[in-house]
Amino acid sequence: MTATTLQALDKQAKTLPADLASLDAWLDQRLEEKLAERERKKVRSLAIIATKGTMDMAYPPFILATTAAALGWNASIFFTFYGLELLKKELNAKVSPMGNPAMPMKLPFGPEWLRHMNIPVPNAIAANMPGFESFATAMMGRTVKAKGVPTIKELRDICIESDVRLLACQMTVDLFSYRREEFIPEIAGWIGATSYLAEAQNADVCLFV
Amino acid sequence: MEATQTLDARGLTCPLPILRTKKALNNLQTGELLRVFATDPGSVNDMAAFCQQTGNTLVTSQKSGDGLEFFIRKG
Repeated sequence: MTATTLQALDKQAKTLPADLASLDAWLDQRLEEKLAERERKKVRSLAIIATKGTMDMAYPPFILATTAAALGWNASIFFTFYGLELLKKELNAKVSPMGNPAMPMKLPFGPEWLRHMNIPVPNAIAANMPGFESFATAMMGRTVKAKGVPTIKELRDICIESDVRLLACQMTVDLFSYRREEFIPEIAGWIGATSYLAEAQNADVCLFV
Repeated sequence: MEATQTLDARGLTCPLPILRTKKALNNLQTGELLRVFATDPGSVNDMAAFCQQTGNTLVTSQKSGDGLEFFIRKG
């Protein structure tokens, strides 16, 4: 041991409490400080599984991932099954009123009193009327624009810009006979369940959408 | 208060005010002030949470006209 290390040790020894009880308390306090410091320095992470390709179900993963990135978190979205549609070059997310009985039907234009009115559309009509999906999609599109909500495409671009890892499920690609050229080139990986679990195992927040 | 930069996020909804704020802060030096105008009522809580998590300081958060005004000091 060199003289300097001995000196350093000696200095530290002077700041250490002499009796055992105080030493114990001192160690507890140091441990708390160290743990708090580690907690502060920790980079949080978010891992989302996106399984739906409709416009309404596309918002939650993209909004949460972009926000997490803005907070300095590591964020990733794993797109599987119908969620893969959201990684297509031609983004064509529609609003499906099917199985969405609570979906409010509101007009995006007209006088204020009319816009607040909920127009009840029975599921039987929403599901069977030809063109209803396009109608609902167009209405939602207009509402989104009027309210200043970003489009899915905008949010996806922000994801790419802010290094959110966009992961595609290889099994789904094979299942639906997709071609890789149909998808945006920014996809960070074509992976399976094993790789995804490895990716998500340390996530602070993990969501299934 | 003298802000180095002003960001107009009026008319934008969640999460855009936060994303634009983050982007604007990237161009500032530590200690400099950013002034943000917004109309999204959710941004009152969001700005506070954002600053707390990112080590920036929310100096003021108040109503301004029919919108909101925030001063953020880059940490």
